[in-house]
Amino acid sequence: MLGAAVVAGVTAAALAGCSSTGGKRAEERRAADAGGESAVDTPRWKVAMVTHSGDGDTYWDIVQSGAKQAAVKDNIEFLYAHDKEAGRQAQLVQSMIDKKVDGLVVTLAKPDAMKSVVQKAVKAGIPVITINSGQEQSKQFGALTHIGQDETVAGEAVGDELNKRGGKNALCVLHEQGNVGHEQRCDGVEKTFKGKLKKLYVDGTNMPDVQSSVTAKLQSDDAVDTVVTLGAPFAATAVKAADEAGSDARTVTFDLNAKVVDGLEDGSVGFAVDQQPYLQGYEAIDLMWLYRYNADMLGGGKPVLTGPQILTKKDAPELADYTERGTR
Amino acid sequence: MTTTPTAKATAEAPDERLVHRSLVRSAMSRPELGAVVGAVAVFIFFSVIADSFLETASLSTVLYASSTIGIMAVPVALLMIGGEFDLSTGVMVTSSALVSSMFSYQMTANVWVGIGVSLLVTLAIGCFNGLMLTRTKLPSFIITLGTFLMLTGLNLGLTKQISGTVSTKSISDMEGFPAAQKVFASQLTLFDVEFQVTILWWLGLVAVATWILLRTRAGNWIFAVGGGSDAARAVGVPVARTKIGLYMGVALAAWISGQHLLFNYDVVQSGEGVGNELIYIAAAVIGGCLLTGGYGSAVGAAVGAFIFGMTSKGIVYAQWDPDWFKFFLGAMLLLATLLNAWIRKRAEAS
Repeated sequence: MLGAAVVAGVTAAALAGCSSTGGKRAEERRAADAGGESAVDTPRWKVAMVTHSGDGDTYWDIVQSGAKQAAVKDNIEFLYAHDKEAGRQAQLVQSMIDKKVDGLVVTLAKPDAMKSVVQKAVKAGIPVITINSGQEQSKQFGALTHIGQDETVAGEAVGDELNKRGGKNALCVLHEQGNVGHEQRCDGVEKTFKGKLKKLYVDGTNMPDVQSSVTAKLQSDDAVDTVVTLGAPFAATAVKAADEAGSDARTVTFDLNAKVVDGLEDGSVGFAVDQQPYLQGYEAIDLMWLYRYNADMLGGGKPVLTGPQILTKKDAPELADYTERGTR
Repeated sequence: MTTTPTAKATAEAPDERLVHRSLVRSAMSRPELGAVVGAVAVFIFFSVIADSFLETASLSTVLYASSTIGIMAVPVALLMIGGEFDLSTGVMVTSSALVSSMFSYQMTANVWVGIGVSLLVTLAIGCFNGLMLTRTKLPSFIITLGTFLMLTGLNLGLTKQISGTVSTKSISDMEGFPAAQKVFASQLTLFDVEFQVTILWWLGLVAVATWILLRTRAGNWIFAVGGGSDAARAVGVPVARTKIGLYMGVALAAWISGQHLLFNYDVVQSGEGVGNELIYIAAAVIGGCLLTGGYGSAVGAAVGAFIFGMTSKGIVYAQWDPDWFKFFLGAMLLLATLLNAWIRKRAEAS
């Protein structure tokens, strides 16, 4: 009774209070369909991807959408699993081996824990491609190739770009304590950046904490002229924090999302370094298909780099549609 | 601003040679006494060690950090006084923000409609916690751990299902957004310094909670059920109703926090909020709430949140080595709590 009344009330309120701007209707107006048919008639191979992603991570969501798109095109059955703890990620890889998949795509964020299970897959005759992290270990564990971005190189690219823009004092905001990739990014920036770089650790799962910590840092150190965030969702927060602290610091960021593109457009975000997650997922599946079909391997087995790609204001208009649909 | 003189007076209060006995007596009977002394100690410590800590702009930042914890810590404290826990508070905040955002977006409705729907949904979650607890008689730890896990999954699963990605779409261009932003995430200028509106929400909640605890019959019921629910039931206290009400109070605060999250950042990540529930509980405990229930205060929880806010931002102002950040935070909190416990013991002894 009460439930029905609530539903009726909510529906009535929804009908009465429509927004004429934004919302799903606006999205549908913009919607452009991507094709959903396979382009080849090879057997339906089964390829699994196992990553170290946490729950609800924007970045890995985009990787997945790239992989899915390639799977549709290549007539591949795509399986996906993830766990941020290395031990459980290894167990997931094992269960994919048990499923007798025709190809395996894994990340090696914690290479030591993944070593034995990856080698087991190779021994069982399953081709393995590593993506995103683990460039050094990939070959050694017997993988065909590695697709990703060298984090240190990406950091160095940021350092170079900051030099070009005349930065003197930068702040590197790390949103996950103990993440090796994050440290490598900041270290990379430090390597090429001619000015001073400081680090700040924040709690990435608590946005108000990120904002107040960056504000506090900028208030206590007004020499900072650039804030470097390591993930797209944190860029907009850093912009807010600088604003609140009355600081002139500009924000630059790793990775991309719709808000970062908006920021590039209006100038509040200086530039973004993209490692093109869509490409990592898409290429992994596509290379697996090429290998199964024709024993081809792009780059002759040398790592295939997907980044760093530096994006600035002039790229923004073109990117807006792609971030909106979740592929950039 | 005015924090220092009043706080100092309280700090000196325990010395019975300087103050009238009656004043000491009344101060000592308050559960937040230890926390206030702890807060003063932390405040003085960072004022000395971090040069920019005392500036009004910094104080505004510290208060903002404290308020985002404090809005939740206050009803969590009430719930703990009533003898129960809630582990679902951190993700409930995220759920609440997700519901408003997605409802408004998917229905292309005025954002106020989404806000209203979110209030109903969040209160329903709180009511569910309370009902499950009173009906099944299972410990609140199990019930709310279940809710915590379910909400974590729902946040992710539903967002992915509905939005296609793991974060919500931006609703900043929708009707009603500017007004809602004024209410939940605006900034007020006072003495040339900008203060976040969450500070007002926080103070308001403290006032309401204190009034309920000390001036109403419901307040007596809360202390009674926390002290011993069987004894309370025997003297005619509606135990089930009180506990359900407390859980719904927590849900109401989660809704306020959630709306702040949404209107301050305009996009919500579905994976956020995990782990915050422990911070809210910690703030309540630092503020003098007993883990066993029946004792504590809303003001204490607010002071506990303030200690948390000062410590986490003070470390940044002091420019300590960031690698050790979490260690410093833990150590400061432990020290503040120990000082708190020591003061209370001394107060009880004299």
